[in-house]
Amino acid sequence: MLIAAVAAILFPLVGGPFYVNLASQIFIAALFAASLNLLVGYGGLVSLGHAAWLGVAAYTSAWLYLRLGLQHAITAALALIMTTATAAVFGAIALRATGLGFLMITLALSQVLWGTAYRWASLTNGDNGLSGLTRPAPFGLSLEAPAPFYYFALTVTAFAIWTMWRFVDSPFGAALRGTRDAPRRMSALGHNVTLVRWLTFVYSGFWGGVAGLLFVYYNKYIHPTALSLTTSAEALLGVIAGGAGSVAGPIVGAAIVLILKNYVSAYLERWNMLLGFVFVIIVIFMPEGVVPGMRRWWLRGRRA
Amino acid sequence: MSTALQVANLRKVFGGLPAANDVSFEVMQSERRLIIGPNGAGKTTLFNLITGDLVADAGAIRLFGEDISRLKPHERAHRGMARTYQIITLFPKDTLEHNVMLALLGLSRVRWRAFRAMASETALRQEARHVLGVLGLAERATRLISEVSYGEKRRVEIAMALAQKPRVLLLDEPLAGLSLEERAQVKALISAIPRDVTVVMIEHDMDTALDLADRVTVLHYGKVIVEGTRSEVVAHPKTREIYLGT
Repeated sequence: MLIAAVAAILFPLVGGPFYVNLASQIFIAALFAASLNLLVGYGGLVSLGHAAWLGVAAYTSAWLYLRLGLQHAITAALALIMTTATAAVFGAIALRATGLGFLMITLALSQVLWGTAYRWASLTNGDNGLSGLTRPAPFGLSLEAPAPFYYFALTVTAFAIWTMWRFVDSPFGAALRGTRDAPRRMSALGHNVTLVRWLTFVYSGFWGGVAGLLFVYYNKYIHPTALSLTTSAEALLGVIAGGAGSVAGPIVGAAIVLILKNYVSAYLERWNMLLGFVFVIIVIFMPEGVVPGMRRWWLRGRRA
Repeated sequence: MSTALQVANLRKVFGGLPAANDVSFEVMQSERRLIIGPNGAGKTTLFNLITGDLVADAGAIRLFGEDISRLKPHERAHRGMARTYQIITLFPKDTLEHNVMLALLGLSRVRWRAFRAMASETALRQEARHVLGVLGLAERATRLISEVSYGEKRRVEIAMALAQKPRVLLLDEPLAGLSLEERAQVKALISAIPRDVTVVMIEHDMDTALDLADRVTVLHYGKVIVEGTRSEVVAHPKTREIYLGT
């Protein structure tokens, strides 16, 4: 843990700009996957619409900056308010179902946003996306260079994941896991299962929005693909491959997906095939995900 | 003595088959009521209707005079109703202590605390330990549910219900699947429940829990057939008909 922290802090001093940028992208993907994990891993609610929060936050921030010329601090706050409010509405709709029904509703709602981003060109500039953005400069520090942005992304991600860890470790988190394992029992015990799930949905959407802000700051550009099914599916893949319901799982999973995507796409056009292949291998040998799987192997190795 | 639980003309039909057919009865405060009936008599359905897991087609349920028929299960729990399950419904990957803490959380405002470690809720933990102690499970408190015996799981079911200090406690076949020894143990625990708690208990057989009951209701094909004191019900010809078969 400590070694990882020190390595993360020292990394930009030794790594080239390409690797520093790759690491920044991993942080963003890890934060995004971790926010999805609140629902999938701890709530037992598998969503295929998490891209909505990334996209809503990114588009809102970009649009407010370009069209109204607002400052970054204000666009960020408004973007998060917009994302959280959308999550509140979508959550109320999607949580009328669980299981496959929930999955399909989250997918459908996010596809509506994706379609809007594509078609409502006067608002979103359609397939051309919104460009001409800048990165914020908190306390006057420019984030344009790779290393400063790396530290910015690292700080935000570390804080967010710490907050999410506090959340799942709390009495509320215990109740959330209870609603995942035995929802009817939980309501008989006096827990308002729907409200617990809805609050988690909104909270998860909020952090998904934070990931969206980092995403748009990093790319300085936003395109409808950010809202696409692929974005949702990649995050879900990261959560499941890394280990749903553990804090470290989505971080590792998101890193695996992103590294594969970046490295393999340079050599292979059909990198998705390799991603699928790696995923199948993980599921065969460690069906619970890489992080819990490694832990199990390690414990078994010590006992032997 | 006031009425704790009143069920009035309750009706629930599953695909044309009535599981509760105009069921009415009243349980007085602090009473021990036994509901018996053969397989498929509608006993568990009746419990599910009372707790709100199922919504009745017709009829009313009143808890201390308040109509709770339209309330959600968790709202009924907050009005002092607790239950156990015939098929054990616990959290197997968690400790006994954690299971009881979830029961305590259900009625405590602490359950909305989202940024404080569960581990630092010491008052809650001590209360859970205390309840487990009452049920003779103190030294098992930190074991996982999946590691303890069936009889112990039955007692955890009761511990979770009692931890909530209910006004009305519904026990769904609390003696099912227990050995003779365990049965005696659990029966002693049930008879030790303070009298300010009203207890309604389902059992399949007539004799297993008869000595715990003040009054007995016999259910058959979703209908109340006989109701009365222990001796009245045992002596009633219809009870004999149902249990001895004709």
